[in-house]
Amino acid sequence: MWWSCLQLRDWGRHLLKWPLGGPINSVVTGAIPQLWARAYAPPTEKKRFYQNVSITQGEGGFEINLDNRKLKTPQAKLFTVPSEALATAVATEWDSQQDTIKFYTMHLTTLCNTCLDNPTQRSKDQLIRAAMKFLDTDTICYRVEEPETLVELQKNEWDPIIEWAEKRYGVEIGASTSIMGPSIPAKTQEALANHLASYNLWALQGIEFVVAQLKSLVLTLGLMDLRLTVEQAVLLSRLEEEYQIQKWGNIEWAHDYELQELRARAAAGTLFVHLCSESTTIKHKLLQE
Amino acid sequence: MAALGSPACTLRGLLRELRYLSAATGRPYRDTAAYRYLTKAFRAHRVTSEKLCRAQHELHFQAATYLCLLRSVRQHVALHQEFHGKGERSVEQIAGLVGLQLPRQPGGKGWEP
Repeated sequence: MWWSCLQLRDWGRHLLKWPLGGPINSVVTGAIPQLWARAYAPPTEKKRFYQNVSITQGEGGFEINLDNRKLKTPQAKLFTVPSEALATAVATEWDSQQDTIKFYTMHLTTLCNTCLDNPTQRSKDQLIRAAMKFLDTDTICYRVEEPETLVELQKNEWDPIIEWAEKRYGVEIGASTSIMGPSIPAKTQEALANHLASYNLWALQGIEFVVAQLKSLVLTLGLMDLRLTVEQAVLLSRLEEEYQIQKWGNIEWAHDYELQELRARAAAGTLFVHLCSESTTIKHKLLQE
Repeated sequence: MAALGSPACTLRGLLRELRYLSAATGRPYRDTAAYRYLTKAFRAHRVTSEKLCRAQHELHFQAATYLCLLRSVRQHVALHQEFHGKGERSVEQIAGLVGLQLPRQPGGKGWEP
């Protein structure tokens, strides 16, 4: 009782010290400003300098206009994308920025910029190799030996996907509990690399992006072949984390934050690949009389 | 792809996200290019017969993926602003995040000015 009174008194003093808007954004005046000086402040964001966003069709594809200016990539190339749907999605990203431009939320723009500028100067072969590298350490091929329930969970959730991939591509993948990971046969590597080579350069950039997010080539292939939805793929990629969350509890500012970011990135990458590799034809149905 | 649900559901979800996004400009969401594109695409690709159609799944999959993207970005930004957007926290605030308080000494620690 006495202790709680003391706490209350302290809390009251605390309130008196920071009467306006809390200590975070108010200007600290008084005796102890250095205590509240922040070691790291996030970089300032650019203001939204445009009013209207529109799309025009140019020679190289679809372009984005911010008011009367054309959108450029970081290397000052003209921003053009091959499909109208992608251009619409990118324009929506720019149009949905409030007051400041939050680049970390504009995944499709980022992916297009990467493709246009290709800052790492990677060729198609290098991209395929980068994606294939994840197969050797594929998340869903690494299994645990304990605890029992997690072993069971991994078996039930991951095995169907591996089986599907083995059947779909006619290869052998397998799973392993050893620290060295599964030994993937050279034939499998070759078959999957050949499959990846059938995508164009833009789609490959997207595939490599998704693989790097999910840490799994097999799950990515599931997304590309419409076997999994993004939500399912992300859940499977984070299976152990979800298991631990169920056991120990969920922390909104760590687990949910990562989950949403991973979902957004995986969804952006998947959509990007689908929009860049498709060629649609619409056949209108004739009405029979 | 039974996991996708019905296309109408996906379209409704997408329109809801567009409404959230249009708050940035204050213009009605029906004026946006995305709205026009989506409604046009959903209308053009309605299928009238019960034929197994891969393309239908493909477009529906893309729509669902886009919905997932918009929804996750919105929730990610909300979480970011709530917890991460303000730079480094003080020790007391970090302790408060997990429901703890820093120990206090009655009458101060002696070294405060």
